[in-house]
Amino acid sequence: MPGLGTSFGRGGATVWVPDLQNADCILIEGSNFAEAHPVAFRFVMKAKERGATIIHVDPRFTRTSAVADIYAPIRSGTDIAFLGGIINYVLANDKIFREYVEAYTNASYIVGEAYKDTDELDGLFSGYNEETRSYDVSTWAFERDEQGVIKKDPTLAHPRSVYQVLKRHFARYTPEMVERTCGTPKEQFLKIAETLAKNSGRERTTAFAYAVGWTQHTAGVQFIRTAAILQTLLGNIGRPGGGIMALRGHANIQGATDIPTLYDLLPGYLPMPSALRDEQTLDAYLKTNTKATGWWANTPTYMISLLKAFYGEHATAENDYGYEYLPQLIGDHSMLPTTFAMKDGAVKGYFVIGQNPGASGQNAELVRAAMERLEWFVNIDSYDNETVSFWRREGADPAKIGTEVFFLPAATVLEKEGTMVQTSRLLQWHDKAVEPAGSSKSDAWYFNWFMKRIKELYADSTDPKDRPILHTTWDYDHDDPHERAKGEPSVLKVLQEINGFNVADRTQVGGFTELKGDGSTACGGWIYSGVCPDARTNRARNRNASGEYTALDWGFAWPANRRTLYNRASADPSGKPWSERKKYVWWDEAKGEWTGVDVPDFPKTKAPSTPADKHAKGMAFHSGADPFIMNVDGVAQLFVPAGLQDAPLPAHYEPLQSVVENPIYAQQSNPLMREWIRRDNAYNKPVDAEYPYVMTTYRVTEMSGIMTRYVPWLAELQPSAFAEIDPELAVSKGIKNGEYVTISTALGEMEARALVSGRMRPLRVNGKKIHQIGIPYNYGSMVAFARGDSVGELIPIAVDPNVSIHESKTLTCNIRAGRRRAHHEGRVDREVPPDERTRMGEPTF
Amino acid sequence: MATGFFTDTTLCIGCKACEVACKQWNELPSDGFEFTGNSYDNTSELSGTTWRHVAFVEQMSVDPEGGLHDRWLMSSDVCKHCTNAGCLEACPTGAIIRNEFGAVFIQPDVCNGCGYCVVSCPFGVVDLIEKFDPEGTHYNLASLSESRLDSKQTAVQQSGGVAGKCTLCYDRQKVGFVPACAKACPTESIQFGDLDELRARAKARVETLTERGVEATLYGADDVGGGIGSLNAFFLLTDRPETYNLPAQPVLPSTRQPAGYTAAAVAAVGLALAGWMIFRNA
Repeated sequence: MPGLGTSFGRGGATVWVPDLQNADCILIEGSNFAEAHPVAFRFVMKAKERGATIIHVDPRFTRTSAVADIYAPIRSGTDIAFLGGIINYVLANDKIFREYVEAYTNASYIVGEAYKDTDELDGLFSGYNEETRSYDVSTWAFERDEQGVIKKDPTLAHPRSVYQVLKRHFARYTPEMVERTCGTPKEQFLKIAETLAKNSGRERTTAFAYAVGWTQHTAGVQFIRTAAILQTLLGNIGRPGGGIMALRGHANIQGATDIPTLYDLLPGYLPMPSALRDEQTLDAYLKTNTKATGWWANTPTYMISLLKAFYGEHATAENDYGYEYLPQLIGDHSMLPTTFAMKDGAVKGYFVIGQNPGASGQNAELVRAAMERLEWFVNIDSYDNETVSFWRREGADPAKIGTEVFFLPAATVLEKEGTMVQTSRLLQWHDKAVEPAGSSKSDAWYFNWFMKRIKELYADSTDPKDRPILHTTWDYDHDDPHERAKGEPSVLKVLQEINGFNVADRTQVGGFTELKGDGSTACGGWIYSGVCPDARTNRARNRNASGEYTALDWGFAWPANRRTLYNRASADPSGKPWSERKKYVWWDEAKGEWTGVDVPDFPKTKAPSTPADKHAKGMAFHSGADPFIMNVDGVAQLFVPAGLQDAPLPAHYEPLQSVVENPIYAQQSNPLMREWIRRDNAYNKPVDAEYPYVMTTYRVTEMSGIMTRYVPWLAELQPSAFAEIDPELAVSKGIKNGEYVTISTALGEMEARALVSGRMRPLRVNGKKIHQIGIPYNYGSMVAFARGDSVGELIPIAVDPNVSIHESKTLTCNIRAGRRRAHHEGRVDREVPPDERTRMGEPTF
Repeated sequence: MATGFFTDTTLCIGCKACEVACKQWNELPSDGFEFTGNSYDNTSELSGTTWRHVAFVEQMSVDPEGGLHDRWLMSSDVCKHCTNAGCLEACPTGAIIRNEFGAVFIQPDVCNGCGYCVVSCPFGVVDLIEKFDPEGTHYNLASLSESRLDSKQTAVQQSGGVAGKCTLCYDRQKVGFVPACAKACPTESIQFGDLDELRARAKARVETLTERGVEATLYGADDVGGGIGSLNAFFLLTDRPETYNLPAQPVLPSTRQPAGYTAAAVAAVGLALAGWMIFRNA
């Protein structure tokens, strides 16, 4: 999310799925698109039928590779080196879309003299503090003149211009270096680089598609940054058939980030207040988080409208609109650090809803063991699963576990109404098709009930600390008496509140431009504003696909129903389409407005010739030719001077667990990655002879997890855990196809059935032959028809510094023929002494 | 109007949505949970209760530099609904009929489970539906429609012991729906429609692919030989039919009848002659 966010301004995919059909070339990397998103893949096939070249780069030859025009193998976890190699190729051979880069990026900015690149420091950037494992990012700042304006060199010739810095930074990513690092044969790499370059520019566009194959690494955010830099240099952002398609794994994962289930965000990407920053009052918070220029100058409007939605009449100018009621962060409270704290006894209760961390979690045994320390545990799910049944797992003694377990039955998606926000940022409403089975309730029912019950319990309290509970507005009772009688809240009312309304007369606002920062409007999530523009309209219900292919009357895409983000960049600086073939949004001189097949992502009547006012606040700071309206300076960030903790430019680091030494730099892995060095989270050492094979994980199309494992029609298609192994390795290890193998890491063992296939193949990396083993992530060993050990048993927790995303796509392991030992045999004592423990709330960054 | 399937294997991504959609619509049970180790194919073949089956054919070069030439072929197999159907000819009870959509349809209430059709199918499609075993893991269903909740088994399971195969979604077609598999296919690898139109589309598709340098052939769009005629479910292939487990030279069993009778007659005459020779000397 911050990979795209810091580059372009928003964390969402820059394009929408059906637009892929307009691409002349599609690079799929870090994703098994055809298997994980078969329905969306229809548009890749359409592009192919129209003559586009489909490229797939992956450690395994998958069902996506099978229909791709070009497949290239890659060592798992080396995508920065691969894409960095293409960046070097397009810069060295002058294949960039130069007019686009000059006009719409920070290529011309001058980087300050204090900046030192990984090229000089062999894998580190300037400002590194070894003790705190952090960077002083002030050394990455741009050079400014006396008036504070960033210095630029439009000719891009200045040795410290971003363009020249980029060139030097990526100069060592040569095709030979790519082959040495990634194991991708040089000819194949060059063929891909040439194909991308050939299919970008004025007349043609290339789209990128990635998924968790790029994110789940200790340098995951930087993987996305590399793609963002490359796509910007090729001029593919904001244009039809271009962009970066971030494929989200679940039907509502985008929605769960927008109206977040994340600990550090409020709805609409407003930061959660933190005690570690100067944010103790609303004023201080707004001062810290409001950008002087660009769209985020509107932060106060969105924050105050959000507080009005939370606290209603109790949010007044006098009490900072209830700002003090919000909790403040005191550390990293994301799921994995909290799991460690739970294991150490610092957490009393735990809710798990629609997730199965006891099987699919990283270090799944840590999760289950941690749950033994809880006082109570609540699971809301439709199925019995490995998490709720942790107390009866192999080797556990229920008599010794004191945790009180509540298992509440959840309605499935067909049994409840609501919206889902998918990978194209599209809100789509679905009705309830059938009544929930038995006593199942929707998730909304549970939370409505909890909140009402809690409010009741505190109703008589006069203690000021209970005000957040008493003052929270809660009026979602269903209008349908039948539903109300059952206690089901109206999720439409929730959506209407997210849309926002005028406080005085409770009329809906038409969109976020109508919101005000004076308490006269309330809005529960500004980016969705416009979805319910009046009391009768719910645009998420729209199902009209006729007319232009952009189908603006099908669902509602945030923001403001825009399909392709930054689409101002589909026109040249003067407002004309770059080419007739790639026409999308352009300036209509006669009407004096932006027009096209999509909703323009730009102030509608701001002419291309509008000059920038370099002393203005807000949007006036941008000229009529600055397409990235969310960014402070209106252009795409090739170089990111602030906002990311680990690098202004991506550099290839080896994963924490790697089979080779970093061929590119002396610095082995991301210096800022976070590890938990304790005995219940054992890591394989880097380049460990005991664990000589690369292990990668993924899901298969037939299985997602607990939901599919219970469906016999799906279970028969992929009935048990398996490991994909190349024939050479199988022969050398005496492994027979279809029989059991045991895969081991320092953390534990799992067994799976061997699937020996030429689709897996050894690679030559830095002169060494590397075998990769693929293990699907879908299984759990306790319940359902489709069963098997979870690969989560083998993955110790280590995370990226920006978003705490775990590294589960690249690990090391060993393998042998035969079945594993029983789990309780040979399991070392994992009791953690106090000095190894994590304290709750400890600021870990 | 005769309808059918055109399965374009070059568009198949092996997602098996057709298998699942077919089982769901027709309330077919799973065939068991066996890991085969045969690529991604764990259902192995068409059966009395698996009416769509996706074949996975791995053609991987052993040369580590040969990545660009690797192929993983996928093809969704189904009953061919032959012009001259072996199963229909062999059926002694008249249970197998040709319906108004030109499809070969087994009437479960007429079928007596003799199994003649099973051996008469040139493609090995038809099979007997196993008898319902309420304890058996083979008969797990994800859902049952309300009308059948009491008996706890589906129509197909109630007719256990009789022959089963693709109906070309007779029930769906009667109300104007597209068959479940074609409806579910995300990449339009399975296309359903009027046969003449499908054949024209298939031939145009072969031309397009040929222009792009892909060696594509149609299987069953025209007479497939062996007396079977054309197939109402035909395929576009990029390798020999045997690669996809389709017979290169399928033969309708009844075409062998004249030769069989002739051989029998010749043998009879021969035996008679031999007998006459032997007894004449005696």
